[in-house]
Amino acid sequence: MDFSLLVIQGLNGLQLGLLLFLVASGLTLVFGILDFVNLAHGSLYMLGAFFCATLTYLFGNFILALIVAVPITGVIGFLVERFVARPLYARDHLDHVLGTFGLILVIDTLTHLIWGPEGLSVPLPDWLRGQITLWGDTVVPTFRLMIIGAGLAAAAGLFWMVNRTRLGMLIRAGASNRTMVSALGIDIELLFGLVFALGAAMAGLAGMLIAPITEATIGMGNGIIITAFVVIIVGGIGSIKGAFIAALLIGLIDTLGRSFLDDIFALFMSPVAAENSAPAISAMLIYIIMALVLAFRPQGLFPPKVR
Amino acid sequence: MSAVLQIDGLNKSFGGIKATDNLNLSVQKGELHAVIGPNGAGKTTMISQLCGSQRPDTGRILYAGRDITTLPPHKRAHLGITRSYQITSLIMEMSVIDNVALALQARDGHSFRFLRPARSLSHLRDKAMDLLGKVDLTAKAEHRTKALSHGEHRRMEIAIALASDAELMLLDEPMAGLGSHESMQMVELLRGIKGQHTILLIEHDMEAVFALADRISVLVYGHIIATGTPDEIRGNEAVQHAYLGEE
Amino acid sequence: MTTRGWITLAVMALLGVLPPLFFLTGNPFYLDLATRLVILAIAAVSLNLILGYGGLVSFGHAAFVGLGAYAVGIPAHHWLYTGWGDWATMGYVQLPLAVLACAVFALLTGLVCLRTKGVYFIMITMAFAQMIYYLIVSIEEYGGDDGLVIDTRSQFAWIDLDNPLQLFGLAYVSLIVSMVLVRLIVNSRFGMVLQGAKGNPDRMATLGFNVYVFRLVAYVISGAMAGYAGALLGNFTTFISPEMMDWSRSGELMFMVILGGASTTVGPVLGAVVFIVLEEVLSHFTIYWHLPFGLLLMAVVLFVRGGLAGMFGRKED
Repeated sequence: MDFSLLVIQGLNGLQLGLLLFLVASGLTLVFGILDFVNLAHGSLYMLGAFFCATLTYLFGNFILALIVAVPITGVIGFLVERFVARPLYARDHLDHVLGTFGLILVIDTLTHLIWGPEGLSVPLPDWLRGQITLWGDTVVPTFRLMIIGAGLAAAAGLFWMVNRTRLGMLIRAGASNRTMVSALGIDIELLFGLVFALGAAMAGLAGMLIAPITEATIGMGNGIIITAFVVIIVGGIGSIKGAFIAALLIGLIDTLGRSFLDDIFALFMSPVAAENSAPAISAMLIYIIMALVLAFRPQGLFPPKVR
Repeated sequence: MSAVLQIDGLNKSFGGIKATDNLNLSVQKGELHAVIGPNGAGKTTMISQLCGSQRPDTGRILYAGRDITTLPPHKRAHLGITRSYQITSLIMEMSVIDNVALALQARDGHSFRFLRPARSLSHLRDKAMDLLGKVDLTAKAEHRTKALSHGEHRRMEIAIALASDAELMLLDEPMAGLGSHESMQMVELLRGIKGQHTILLIEHDMEAVFALADRISVLVYGHIIATGTPDEIRGNEAVQHAYLGEE
Repeated sequence: MTTRGWITLAVMALLGVLPPLFFLTGNPFYLDLATRLVILAIAAVSLNLILGYGGLVSFGHAAFVGLGAYAVGIPAHHWLYTGWGDWATMGYVQLPLAVLACAVFALLTGLVCLRTKGVYFIMITMAFAQMIYYLIVSIEEYGGDDGLVIDTRSQFAWIDLDNPLQLFGLAYVSLIVSMVLVRLIVNSRFGMVLQGAKGNPDRMATLGFNVYVFRLVAYVISGAMAGYAGALLGNFTTFISPEMMDWSRSGELMFMVILGGASTTVGPVLGAVVFIVLEEVLSHFTIYWHLPFGLLLMAVVLFVRGGLAGMFGRKED
């Protein structure tokens, strides 16, 4: 196992973990506060990527496009809350799931209508296109470092907002006691809309950050949403701290598992057997971790306090 | 007489609040033992620990001499403990008789039967009809539970408790929300089953409690401050001070 | 007989008679459509057992269907390429294998899933289905992402599945058997407990039922039935891919059950009929058919309570 590969894969895992956190934080906030299951959260991730792609072509500047596209995705989230989620709050989770499943079909098809069936690539400015040498011949793409930086900054911003600001205080209060917040005379409907918008903006940001690497494609959100579910289940639904820790854990385990599991297996089985079984096991690794966590802690690692 | 239920030093806190505070109680075989206490005294928390839906922090619960403190609810049911709920807790989508028949089926012990229609089993249906007769609900047997009135739901709760033919019945405020006429009906109903089962009755309705109970315990802030016959409790100064005085 | 009883009979009669008629009058396409419909209806019926009667919102049911299909495809693949004996293509081997594999998968995942409730359960069933999806993707031997062609359909002595009419017949009879089976189960003592646990799990525990075990058994039965449907589906399409297990497939099965009417005998079938026909008609008009489809789904969730079967007659069918 060579060390520089380990570092690079570690950074990749960190990157995946941070993107997962951006998606999962919105899910867990929305569920914790609104008791609403939003399957279409992945569609907001996808929309973010497409907005950013279009705006990059329009402005000729990826960073500017990013800055404009984030609030736009937030507005979409606000509208989704207003017109789809709100009528469903009083219903059970089954209806949430089916309603937002319908929403996914609608958003995916509209995306297809507007942007066409092909993926949309997002060109990066020159200064982000290069590579940075860490030492010797160990190099990482500059943009991957930027993803990590932006992800960390967004996570820090979210923690600051939730723990230090008045809006954050209301969100935390709303997560543990909804009646109290409305009793305080807070416009609870607006608060719900803002939470949804915030979650959408975070998910959109994640989509924008990954788009230059993978292109913006239809259905890109439907893969990550399940992994984000695994993250919030492991972290404990409703807990932002839990989502952060679980996201990094899942990101690292998944990435490192895929690249090193065959080497690890080769330590105690024949190389051929290791080569054959490693891909299958590493594909299932995060789900196995999830099952293990649940077997011991059915509420996840950081269960939210009394609801 | 021997103690069917023996509670030793039970404690249970939620956050900083002690819902059960060093609670000791002994219920004798065959008696109707009432537990009274002001709102928030921890009566429902006590029942939840007795039937197993909540675990005490410390302390022991003995049933017929056996330690059941950590047993899950369904196992306690097998030993002969049943409860009724303060907030009506029936299976609303099912018919009245199905609710009762399920309770009978639980005692019957043959529930992993997949093909024979449950509703064709006459030993369950007939017994269920019998029990509905006892609580005066024969006419409503095939109605959906949801369609019944609150008073009828309370009587269904009793029928279900009877169906489990439990040695120990924990009744959580069977009169809650009943009008005066319905309350009287309920008192008569309980008087009829008294003596056949050991009953731990939690109730707010003082008239009913003093009319029915063999012994009464007074629970205040999660702690039993007095136990005695209705007359003893009536004459107990601490009780009058802590509880009856407020009425 | 109740209104709903008549509807059940009418739907089943039309479903049994019309497709062969189309086939015999030179429209084989409609028989194909009906075969797919009937097979998916079996999966929907099996989902209804846990979703409708058990109140367990399983979002991973397509995994069982896919697994069942691979239980046909994998032995057939080895028979062709790695010299497994003729037994590997036998229907008597493949179909039980599909049922067994799914029962085991349901048991293992159910042990974990059923410890949780509510939204955890939804997400975990989804996640386990995705696990199987990625597992199949990762195995290159079986085509990974690209899927697997089934060269030989399951071999039976008395029936030829290469004959579309006979394949339809098997699927149709299987559907009726599965409907009868689920109906018997839900009306049995076991079924009463399952339904009681949906309405009020705490009460059921106080009565002395170990709700967890009852749900687990129902989950295993349901998974095994879906696996059987999957084996039929594999035989029908003769091409299987991990895409069959995608969570949108699970969502579609769920939608069929809800659209038709959960916890009714005919509901899942009715839902499958409407779903497949609508899919066919809409996709005929526009490649963007998912748009009206999604809107319809949302409208059904928002406005139609109790599904189509709920519109006719009351709950006691």
